[in-house]
Amino acid sequence: MTTSTTPSSAATAPADAPLDVAALRADFAILTRTVRDEKPLVYLDSGATSQRPRQVLDAERRFLETANAAVHRGAHQLAEEATDAYEGARAKIAAFVGVDVGEVVFTKNATEGINLVAYAMSNAVSAGPEMERFTLGEGDEVVITEMEHHANLVPWQQLCQRTGATLRWFGVGKGDTAGRLDLSNIDELITERTKVVAFTHQSNVLGTINPVRQLVAKAREVGALTVLDACQSVPHGPVNFRELDVDFAVFSGHKMLGPSGIGILYGRRELLEAMPPFLTGGSMIELVKMEQSTFAPPPQRFEAGVPMTSQAVGLGAAIDYLNSVGMDNIAKHEHELTRAAVAGLSAIEGVRIIGPGLEADGDVHDRGGAVSFVVDGVHPHDVGQVLDSLGIAVRVGHHCAWPLHRALGIPATVRASFYLYNQPSDVDALVAGVREAQRFFGATGEAAGGGQAGGQA
Amino acid sequence: MQLQSMYQDIILDHYKNPHGRGLREPFDGESFQVNPTCGDEITLRVHVDGDTITDVSYDGQGCSISQASASVLNDLVVGNTVEQAMTTMNAFVELMQGRGTVEPDEDVLDDGIAFAGVAKYPARVKCALLGWMALKAALASAGADEAAQGVEVQ
Repeated sequence: MTTSTTPSSAATAPADAPLDVAALRADFAILTRTVRDEKPLVYLDSGATSQRPRQVLDAERRFLETANAAVHRGAHQLAEEATDAYEGARAKIAAFVGVDVGEVVFTKNATEGINLVAYAMSNAVSAGPEMERFTLGEGDEVVITEMEHHANLVPWQQLCQRTGATLRWFGVGKGDTAGRLDLSNIDELITERTKVVAFTHQSNVLGTINPVRQLVAKAREVGALTVLDACQSVPHGPVNFRELDVDFAVFSGHKMLGPSGIGILYGRRELLEAMPPFLTGGSMIELVKMEQSTFAPPPQRFEAGVPMTSQAVGLGAAIDYLNSVGMDNIAKHEHELTRAAVAGLSAIEGVRIIGPGLEADGDVHDRGGAVSFVVDGVHPHDVGQVLDSLGIAVRVGHHCAWPLHRALGIPATVRASFYLYNQPSDVDALVAGVREAQRFFGATGEAAGGGQAGGQA
Repeated sequence: MQLQSMYQDIILDHYKNPHGRGLREPFDGESFQVNPTCGDEITLRVHVDGDTITDVSYDGQGCSISQASASVLNDLVVGNTVEQAMTTMNAFVELMQGRGTVEPDEDVLDDGIAFAGVAKYPARVKCALLGWMALKAALASAGADEAAQGVEVQ
């Protein structure tokens, strides 16, 4: 079963044309609702989860109403059509990130994808000598960064605890390199002892886009495996895992207009073919006897049990939608919104951007559309509450990157994040809302504490 | 506008001018509590003399709701018996978990009634309860927790 999923009212835009955001927004019903006493919704939390266009919802419904069945089993027509839809989605996803279809594994989410690799490496310890490239033990090291989401931190920390390996990490720079990885000690951190280098493509807090090629080249030099957290990059611009030359990469469906409950693990074919499984059971086997079993080739080896199917179809539809808009166009659009937000927020006295700010040319570079900031004298929770009262949805807290916040010496931040359906007026609303938070808490341009309580009538 | 229903002047006053803030000696029990969803944290100490809570001292970082709640807690608890403090805590927890349906008793909660509006925002209830969780644990570590049995702070 195939589904055609182009934005209804916006014809495929020519390259370099600005997005027709009004037309795109018509595909997202949720953006028309009001919140908190009839305020129009200003949704600036796509970094946490994106909204889904009608085309994605329709594709899921159409699949469930016409072809639903358990895939890769059953001898009936529905099973055949469901399997075709499921595998068709896999092919779209593979093409979207520039890899082969057999290199795409469906998981519950990106977190599970990282755990799959980490636990496969654990399992390799008790397997035969042919698994040596995946095994870890005392003296081996895993290298991550201080700006990782907990999903790309805790699994490696736990893997090290299980195997006796050592976890090491790159810090975040200060001064001129604030908000960027400090790679000055790359030769000391990535060494012959390094077995895995895992890092984020784009920070979910700082927005920073990390130098993938430099890190991958160094990892290659010492024979370490690379794992890329691409949750915040794949939805927002063209990404090609083959060109980036990473060994593994993960991203999630719900951050790219698709359903929740589905994530993607990319693994280089020869690695997936050699790697032991994580979850075992039905679907992932080749031969089962009471004494022992052998396993199916990848990607099935890593997809135990009846998989999520309408979610895969929905993600395929999301990719059709993104392709029809054009990933270059989306990236350009978000770049403009990000520049405007960083400029607008930076211009407010007492507001500090946490992450790369405006560069000397008045633009932003090597950063995506996650814009985090703090407001002197107003806690992020309270900023978020004021914004919420104005209909503006942002995220507050540590954004599952607690060590990063600790390293920066701040307990929490406010984060606005953009997507293709956001418009310049959303940025204006955000900037005005932050000013209102300052006014409400009597913190206009002042340092923390000591101000007048309240300030409202 | 719903902001004022949450951020009553009483709350903002306690936030700007917290009562009893700072960690003090002597103390008989101490607790460190953290809200894992936002990173807000509090360290709270209790000094108990006989049945009476003679001091509650605290320090930490957090939003206006969590900080003001700790300040109000200090007002409500210091000078009272452990049992009275538990009664007050039960009333405050009931208010906060009532999703805005519980009518607070000013005789019991005094400034604490200002948090009635916070109870309508589930995401902020944990902020308001952070200090109280710390109080319960600190009393337990002081061995004064018999009266704390049965209080469920979620």
